[in-house]
Amino acid sequence: MKKKTKALASLRKREMLLTGMLFLAPVLIFLAVFVIYPIIESFHISFFKWNGISAGREFIGWKNWKTLFMDGNFRRAAGNNLIIMALSILIQIPLGLAMATFLEFGKKKFKVFKVVWFIPHLMSSVAIGFLFSYALATNGGIISTISKWFGGGNVDLLGSSTLALYAVIGVICWQFSPFYMVYFLAAYTNISEEIYEAARIDGATKGKYFWHIVLPLLKPSLKSAAILSMVGALKYFDLIYVMTGGGPGSSTELMATYMYTLSFSNFNMGYGSCVASGMFLIITLMSLFTMKVLNRIGGDA
Amino acid sequence: MDSIKVSKIKSILLWTLAVILGLFYLLVSLLPFVFMIMNSFKEQFEMLVKGIFELPDHLYLGNYEAVLQGNFFRYFGNSLFVLVVSLALLLFITACASYPLARFKLKICSPLYALIVACMSIPIHITLIPVFKMMMKMNLYDSIWALIGPYVAFGIPISVFILTSFMQSISREIEDAAQIDGCGRIRMFFRIILPLSKPGLSTLAIYNGVHMWNEFSFAYTLTQSVGNRTLPLAVWDFKGQYSMNTPMILAVLTLTALPMIIMFIFAQDALVKGMTAGAVKG
Repeated sequence: MKKKTKALASLRKREMLLTGMLFLAPVLIFLAVFVIYPIIESFHISFFKWNGISAGREFIGWKNWKTLFMDGNFRRAAGNNLIIMALSILIQIPLGLAMATFLEFGKKKFKVFKVVWFIPHLMSSVAIGFLFSYALATNGGIISTISKWFGGGNVDLLGSSTLALYAVIGVICWQFSPFYMVYFLAAYTNISEEIYEAARIDGATKGKYFWHIVLPLLKPSLKSAAILSMVGALKYFDLIYVMTGGGPGSSTELMATYMYTLSFSNFNMGYGSCVASGMFLIITLMSLFTMKVLNRIGGDA
Repeated sequence: MDSIKVSKIKSILLWTLAVILGLFYLLVSLLPFVFMIMNSFKEQFEMLVKGIFELPDHLYLGNYEAVLQGNFFRYFGNSLFVLVVSLALLLFITACASYPLARFKLKICSPLYALIVACMSIPIHITLIPVFKMMMKMNLYDSIWALIGPYVAFGIPISVFILTSFMQSISREIEDAAQIDGCGRIRMFFRIILPLSKPGLSTLAIYNGVHMWNEFSFAYTLTQSVGNRTLPLAVWDFKGQYSMNTPMILAVLTLTALPMIIMFIFAQDALVKGMTAGAVKG
């Protein structure tokens, strides 16, 4: 009798495994074909000299990787990614939090603000890139026009190799701050009304309530917002490719735009794959490292 | 008594300052849109001669007429087709995958779940060249069918992540009852789990839909001819055609932004919730 139930249990287990794999198969196939295999293939191609079109490609060993280590353009691009990352975290998250706090403390009175503030996030990165390439134009752009009202001259933001990167970062923050606003508004709904009531009864002002109660409670949300913003900044592509194409010079070049131009404009796919692989390694290592560090300092949260 | 008065004045002052800053940011948020919409109703030289913030002489619709008579609807149709096919496929297969991950007690489930979710931070650019090569080989290059595979694949991690936790939150009681009645696992999924997952699926439909609708990198790499391109590339192609005609480009931009704006007006809460789904759950 006991043997029979055991056999039945193992039969059920096998049936469960079979059904489970059947349900999981389509997802695993899609990931294998369009994500896992291409990653391996990219590393593979990075050892070749190949123009992407001809069938023949030449195996050149580590040569592309050696070039990558010495490549000033790649270093510049990675540096730009880091600047965007740092400024994104430092601007978008506090701005988003400020907007959410304003709406939360103001209650229903300021609903109009929420609606209008969200509007920039409705457009696609490509459309925003195009829009701002006109809106920031030297002649007849928004900034130039406003500068003229105050007696200044035309402002050439996107043509200046020192200012272009910061202009682009401004646009990125314009696009993503509303996202973090909604994100923190959702986090606020998890803080119960009772905590606020209790703090009020104890005589805390709204300022004290924010700094001493809300901020510590939002720590986990702040952490994942920072990770989100970080990974996003390292992968950035659409907006900059459309708006500046990485220029002027290589002043707004990013890892992704550099890889794209190498591969699909210069048809240097061997080296393009090498840059893509390098970018993949940097992003993976940085996310792992950040998650480890953030988990350590925020272990209590 | 005095200290209460002081703190009251302080609070009013702070609020006034906050509202002023808020109004300023309102302006910052809106100005580019005002620029885009207002100037799209001007003629090419009218915009050059007049300031950008001056109202157009009259409601000039020539730009919109030209854009709509061009290939605009072709782009729109392509986008819609790719969206519907990819989204249906994505939602169905990720719902299937999330069911065993949420419910089956199998040793293999947790490493598979970790693998799928870990794909979330992978940059699409590492797959671009191999996928391009693959599509060339399969003769799918420059066809909208080429976009479906990558769009589905890159929507999988977040969708499985959200749907698995959604299915875990569904009460087991109904399933237990169904099991006693002799309902098999496959029927259980289609009759009970799938219908109960509708709220999660609709949030994901919005999240993934917005991403697919706006996707640029794959569409730009895998398609070439006007007849096979999606809406985000419409601006690109129109820019090639009318590079100096700023009002015309602004009209294209306004039209491409229109579907999202309409959705925002009619289903604001659902849209906002869907667009931030990935982050809020994480």
